[in-house]
Amino acid sequence: MSITSLDKDFENLTLTLIADFDAPAERVWQLWADPRQLERWWGPPTYPATFKEHDLTPGGDVTYYMTSPEGETHHGWWRITSANPPKSLEFSDGFADQDGKPIAEMPVNTMQLNLTEHDGGTRMELRSVYDSKEQMEQLISMGMEEGLRLSVGQMDALLADDGE
Amino acid sequence: MVVDGVTDEAVDQLFHALADTTRRDIVRRCVQGEASVSRLAAAYPMSFAAVQKHVAVLERAGLITKERRGREQLVRTDPEAVERAHQALDQLATTWRGRVDRMSELLAEDATSHDSADNDPTRRSHP
Repeated sequence: MSITSLDKDFENLTLTLIADFDAPAERVWQLWADPRQLERWWGPPTYPATFKEHDLTPGGDVTYYMTSPEGETHHGWWRITSANPPKSLEFSDGFADQDGKPIAEMPVNTMQLNLTEHDGGTRMELRSVYDSKEQMEQLISMGMEEGLRLSVGQMDALLADDGE
Repeated sequence: MVVDGVTDEAVDQLFHALADTTRRDIVRRCVQGEASVSRLAAAYPMSFAAVQKHVAVLERAGLITKERRGREQLVRTDPEAVERAHQALDQLATTWRGRVDRMSELLAEDATSHDSADNDPTRRSHP
């Protein structure tokens, strides 16, 4: 039971999570900084993640893909905006194509990670912000309305699976 | 971004339709009952055309439905779509619960492998 709080701010489309670990900050940082360890927790067992590039310095790139049970790969990228090991990390997280190249027109999510000492262990605070009004406008202007409709349709189908 | 495979993309798209204050406000107003586009336009410091554009974005995302009645265009929030957005955030929360669980498990492995001679340099700071 290491999650201390999980706040879903629907108004600001932000998820804030606080988790406490019984390990020093350097050790928790390694879970992010060592790609082989990151692979063991980023994806669920059914969708394991594989990290290729992994440069956690400001301006650095991280590329990864997740493999579906059917063997399909879904690619993603991070762009590190700030890094202060073992205390904080901020990065953008976006979609990539099958070659791992960022898809410019797809939305990007901002993640902020903070590690602080707490009760002899480490408190991890993570904020995941969906905030991109400009990108939304961009999505529309680039004629991706169809894609949007399609995605919402896919979500319907997925949620219907959940419900039944 | 890839969270749990294909679902995450869809989640992102819906959130982006809601990533605007005016659009969220329109959704809220029209939960209680239908409102005409002209009445909405009177409520915001922007042109009728600008409000109409916001309504169009929401309609494309499936969050509201629009119906023409006489000279009026009536807007109504689709409660199921709003619920889907909430579920989307729930889904992201579930993803992170799973991740934190797996992180904890990895850290617990440190403790159980304490006696074994491993050469993981990350363990130097961990007794």
